[in-house]
Amino acid sequence: MSSRAAERPSPPRGASTPPEASAAALQTRGAVAFLTPALLLIGIFLVFPALWTLYLGITDYRLTGIQAAQPQVIGLDNYASALGDPAFANSLWVTLLYVLGSAVIGQLGLGFALAWTFRRWRGPARNALEVLVIAAWIIPSSVVAFLWIAFLDTHNGTLNAALGNADIPWLFSWPLLSIIVFNTWRGTAFSMLLCGGALNTLPPSHLETARLAGASNWQQLRDIVLPSIRGHLLTNLLLISLWTFNDFTPYLITAGGPNFATDTLPVYIFRNALINFQLGYGAAISAILLLINLVIALVYLRLLRARS
Amino acid sequence: MVRDGTTPTPDSIPGPSEAALQVRRLLSRIGFYLFIVIVGAYFALPMLWLVFAPFDPHPTLAAAVPSSVTLSNFSDLLKNPNALRSLVNSIVLAGATMVLVVAAAAPAAYALSRVRIPGRDLLLYVLLLFSSVVTGTAAMVPLFLLVFNLGLINTDVGVVLVLAGGLMPAGIFILKDFVDSMPKSYEESARVFGASSFQILRDIVLPYARPGLAVIAVWVVVNVWSNFLIPFILIRDPGLMPAAVVVYNFYTEGGQADLRLLSSFGLLYSIPVVVMYLFVNRRYGFRFYGGIKG
Repeated sequence: MSSRAAERPSPPRGASTPPEASAAALQTRGAVAFLTPALLLIGIFLVFPALWTLYLGITDYRLTGIQAAQPQVIGLDNYASALGDPAFANSLWVTLLYVLGSAVIGQLGLGFALAWTFRRWRGPARNALEVLVIAAWIIPSSVVAFLWIAFLDTHNGTLNAALGNADIPWLFSWPLLSIIVFNTWRGTAFSMLLCGGALNTLPPSHLETARLAGASNWQQLRDIVLPSIRGHLLTNLLLISLWTFNDFTPYLITAGGPNFATDTLPVYIFRNALINFQLGYGAAISAILLLINLVIALVYLRLLRARS
Repeated sequence: MVRDGTTPTPDSIPGPSEAALQVRRLLSRIGFYLFIVIVGAYFALPMLWLVFAPFDPHPTLAAAVPSSVTLSNFSDLLKNPNALRSLVNSIVLAGATMVLVVAAAAPAAYALSRVRIPGRDLLLYVLLLFSSVVTGTAAMVPLFLLVFNLGLINTDVGVVLVLAGGLMPAGIFILKDFVDSMPKSYEESARVFGASSFQILRDIVLPYARPGLAVIAVWVVVNVWSNFLIPFILIRDPGLMPAAVVVYNFYTEGGQADLRLLSSFGLLYSIPVVVMYLFVNRRYGFRFYGGIKG
């Protein structure tokens, strides 16, 4: 292509097209037309709902009755009642433990360990394990939720059978731990793939030099590998934390129970807003979740910028 | 890195610590295999049920190799109107969302890649920000109300619009990447030879971007096919529910779940996602954009 470009006659001078637009099949006005459908959809179904949440959160909106026709602005009452509600405090605490346990420790820890293991290990067993980890990540959530209900079942579950007919009621006695272990299983693939990509960017010669100098595996890891892929690990951590804060899948396994032990913020919002139809209150909690997302996303984007 | 310059090289190690080194090596081997076995069991055991139960004439909740292999669970499934209709619903939702996202994201990606629109960088930043911040869970209240007020509750259209709006930013980013990688000289040459804008788009840009369009199409289908929350909150009529919600109803509604039906349906519903993931992965490799899984 470049040779043909060299032979071509030079374009007529003085054409009125600005330099950058001359190549494209579009001028600025055309570009706006090209952008409009996508931006319209994003505006109505992504941006507007977020902004509307902020407004709804200060009203007493309900789906039926007088508040449906004429919702009253009640200021920060929803937020005040949320902050004073032990159920909300419980939900926030459960969510933090869920994110910390399943995303930060579980997915990132296990994902990195697997990527580190896979780095030099080859063969069919490795490939089989990799496929399994990825399958756990891509099979639809309503299917994996039932797989875990069956796996953890008290009398017939595979886990108790593997432990010698233990009959432990996992989802009843250890509900939060159960969904943390579930979500680690569910999401490790992403961290594994991302860490694997990060490890591949390391020049092999660095590790080779360190090994020849007598550094142990652990020393290589601590002094060379972790400092050089710190940026990748941090972006990974932010993304999986954001997703886990917003993960609705625990609902499919425990529906928030027993006795609110797995009542994460998404489940709490769902129950208050769409089952009890306290839409204003639900919107206020949504706004809090949006704020958490915003903080994580801003840090994430700042990191991305700093790196590029 | 080893900070101590006097660390002995392997040659200078005296005899006894050579043995100690071997013990350490053995222990780390054992540790390695232990780790692999435990992690392998952790990932394999919950999955086994989906492999065995669909072919077991009498499946229980425990994963067990069936004593006799049968396909009768699948033939019974094909007679179940709920399951089949939900698969059709899933196909309709995924197909419609895919067409909408590709049709709107492709021109937007082209314009953002090729034309220096004022404020373009800010626009891209805001898109990335919103696409990661506004998740289905965080926005379920306004999304439900918006669709309710538009009179689209209980319709495919409502679900398609919401999903398309959510997937659009990431779709634009992926496609923009493809257009960015296309040399501008292609379009320049065509223009020099007198091609009209429309001809350039149809004969040069479109064929070049076709692999990108295929990837984005499959990626949208995978996302819609697996999505549970949006149809769960927006559709109440059982006849309109996609497979994601109907699978869930199979084990939460009406007492004892029919494990023969549930297992075969779960497998049938999962296979397309796995196949499509492999397709995208082969064509495009592992990447991700903003807040959306790739």
